[in-house]
Amino acid sequence: MTAQPPSGAKSMRTPLGRVRNLGSAHSGTTDFWRQRLTSVAMILLIIPMVVVMMILLGRNQAGAAQILGSPPIAIIMLLFVVASIWHMKIGMQVIIEDYVHDEKLKLASIMANNFFSATLALTAAYAIFKLSSGV
Amino acid sequence: MTVRIERPLSPHLQIYRWTLTMALSIVHRATGVALYFGTLLLVWWLMAVSSGPGAYAAVQSFTSSWAGRLIAFGYTWALMHHMLSGVRHLVWDLGYGFKPTEREWLTRAALIGGILLTVLLWIAVYAIGGGGR
Repeated sequence: MTAQPPSGAKSMRTPLGRVRNLGSAHSGTTDFWRQRLTSVAMILLIIPMVVVMMILLGRNQAGAAQILGSPPIAIIMLLFVVASIWHMKIGMQVIIEDYVHDEKLKLASIMANNFFSATLALTAAYAIFKLSSGV
Repeated sequence: MTVRIERPLSPHLQIYRWTLTMALSIVHRATGVALYFGTLLLVWWLMAVSSGPGAYAAVQSFTSSWAGRLIAFGYTWALMHHMLSGVRHLVWDLGYGFKPTEREWLTRAALIGGILLTVLLWIAVYAIGGGGR
């Protein structure tokens, strides 16, 4: 899909870029933005999270389960889990892209990172939902 | 695929004089990696609470062990440090704090603040829970 520049406008694409037919995917800053978004979310959530942890100290399983299953606390936990795991997934991808230079190993590592993060996020969500439904 | 062109590389870390901001840049990444794997503990704990008393007892025996306590303490520091160090990055993202005195101040504040918050949190943990969990 070669977007033609409007008549009279000078194209900023390089001759090499035109030959390869590669252009902007228009999502280059998505990870950068999400990394900041989730970091601000966690700054807002850290005090509620600390309070929840302090409330849970010294309780037995039944007590902890009851508290974690209550709607405001379950929602705080869920928000924190989503923000933190999304954040760490992007962070690890940046590290992989920085240090893993072999193309196949890089792809495999990024896939593994996605699988690991998705598994953790959904396992945590499963546990929180289970606690909330009181099963 | 295109042929990889061998170009001269820019000097790497060992060329430069070691500075606090450089060290903390690496610590930021290292704490990030530690938290990445530390999240396993959070998820394990959530699953244990939702599973029942047996699974919860297993987590408790780990967190009350010497090694478990050390890991939990380390996790707290990594989280607090990464958070404050991250706030510093957000300040830089907004275009502030680049002057030499400012960036040094921010970096020191993140380092000292992270240690301070960790110690305060653990004093609270021992005060509330009597260290037991």
